[in-house]
Amino acid sequence: MPNRTSSFAWGVILFVLMALAIPWFLWDRSAVVAGLPVWLWWHIGWMVLASVVFAVFTRRGWGVWMGGWSA
Amino acid sequence: MILQSAVSIQIGIVVAYLLLALGVGLVAYRLTDRTAEDYYLASRTLGTVVLLFTTFATLLSAFTFFAGPNIAYGNGPEWILVMGLMDGVIFGVLWYVVGYKQWLVGKAHGYVTLGEMLGDRFGSPLLRGLVAGVSLFWLFPYVMLQQVGAGGALSALTEGAVPYWAGAGLITGFMIVYVVLSGMRGVAWTDTLQGLFMLTMVWAAFVWVLSAVGGVGAATDAIASSNPEFLSLGGGVYSPQWMLSQAIGIAFGVAMFPQVNQRFFVADSEKVLKRTMALWPIVVLLLFVPAFMLGAWAAGLGVPMPESGNILPGLLAEYTPTWFAALVVAGAMAAMMSSSDSMLLSGSSYFTRDLYRPFVNADASERREDLIARIGVAVFATLAFLASLYNPPSLFVIGDTAFGGFAQLAPPVIVALYWSRTTLWGMLAGILGSQLFYTVTTFTPPAGETTTVLGVVVPGVMETFGGWSSSVVGMVVGLVLVVGVSLVTDASVAERPSVLAGPTDD
Repeated sequence: MPNRTSSFAWGVILFVLMALAIPWFLWDRSAVVAGLPVWLWWHIGWMVLASVVFAVFTRRGWGVWMGGWSA
Repeated sequence: MILQSAVSIQIGIVVAYLLLALGVGLVAYRLTDRTAEDYYLASRTLGTVVLLFTTFATLLSAFTFFAGPNIAYGNGPEWILVMGLMDGVIFGVLWYVVGYKQWLVGKAHGYVTLGEMLGDRFGSPLLRGLVAGVSLFWLFPYVMLQQVGAGGALSALTEGAVPYWAGAGLITGFMIVYVVLSGMRGVAWTDTLQGLFMLTMVWAAFVWVLSAVGGVGAATDAIASSNPEFLSLGGGVYSPQWMLSQAIGIAFGVAMFPQVNQRFFVADSEKVLKRTMALWPIVVLLLFVPAFMLGAWAAGLGVPMPESGNILPGLLAEYTPTWFAALVVAGAMAAMMSSSDSMLLSGSSYFTRDLYRPFVNADASERREDLIARIGVAVFATLAFLASLYNPPSLFVIGDTAFGGFAQLAPPVIVALYWSRTTLWGMLAGILGSQLFYTVTTFTPPAGETTTVLGVVVPGVMETFGGWSSSVVGMVVGLVLVVGVSLVTDASVAERPSVLAGPTDD
């Protein structure tokens, strides 16, 4: 059964995943690298990262927040 | 002569797809038990690939080919980031937060619809009917829009040789036959074929166009000289509030759309849910980056918007052979069907399970409910088709704002799933209050203007709040209402928090 620490940690991790899906720190920047804007490269990398984090979540974090269902 | 052969190729592809869908439907029909659970949920046995693609094809089909590239063409490709946040990340999290929980509850109690689950938890047929009623209110015009789109596309495709009503009617007829026959299993299988086909076509188009214009660098250089503002993040319509409003409003709306929400109940095992969650951002990446960049590059390359109002066919006509452009356009049309068939099935199940059974015939047998469900599909499709012939502006507006309408259901549902102190009064206040807020702000004219409906002058009400959409603000209203009213009211005797709280909660 997941404990409080892992429930909290996964909450933070998933929130960061959402918060930085749009690279706010690149706002108004238009630099192009290898034919695509830098912010688009960020998007590509971030989606791959999200997939990896979700995969790890399904192994390590699955069951958090499920209350009486997680036993 | 060339034109004629293009039209016959296009018609050939459409007919081939219709026959393929029908064939898949017939195979699925032979495997289907005559029970409602099997008809609506394929007896909860869908595997990873089928669940992933049926959810995906259901959701985003026509948008990928038409509306999405149009947005990138007109406003710049930042919409890719909105889609990534919306469908890649937020929906992935909701897949777990809403989807996994609903799957657990649904499996334990045998629920088929969202309304059924909530009605049982709160001991209220009224709540069950309300959730179904609100859902059908937003779903029906949305189905109609798909038929309008498909009929219009078929008519444009054949240069008017197939008139609009015949195109929409043909597609509606085929859908009725295979959805009525095969239910969820057939729909899921055709969606899977559809999803794989879409991915292949988008990448083929991407490679083809890029090789014709001299590669990624050349295509992006063209944007840099014609629309330099497209390459910088933000600007134009893309403000932070607008991007977040779109991503949040649509992601939560998607999770409450009947045909998506019902898919939370259909996974075969936890393993299927887990694998699907991890693959979600990758599918988003693979589909939307090429599709929307094609729209942005079309602007840089100076491709004019064709008469049909969709840029992707125009771009393909410019740089690829006729047969290939025809294949992509026909695929997009078929994609509209794959959304509609799922919506028909879910709409019918909301009607039979949550309106017919509780309020008309509570003692209906499994067999009878199965029959009513199939009749419901035919009636729902036929009514939407008839409505599409008139295409009344009011229905058009409702269909166009449906994502926001569904998003309003999300806060009450999520609060109910996770907070056992939620009361029936809280749910009713949250659902009715947020629906009222959203419909009033959306359907009235902008602040300062007035409009006259049936002789009554309607004053304008504000539609955005410091840049945030009324959809997102309405969700906050719903959240405050469901929590606030639950705090000051007591649970009625019929409520059963344990339904959602789980077997070992104390």
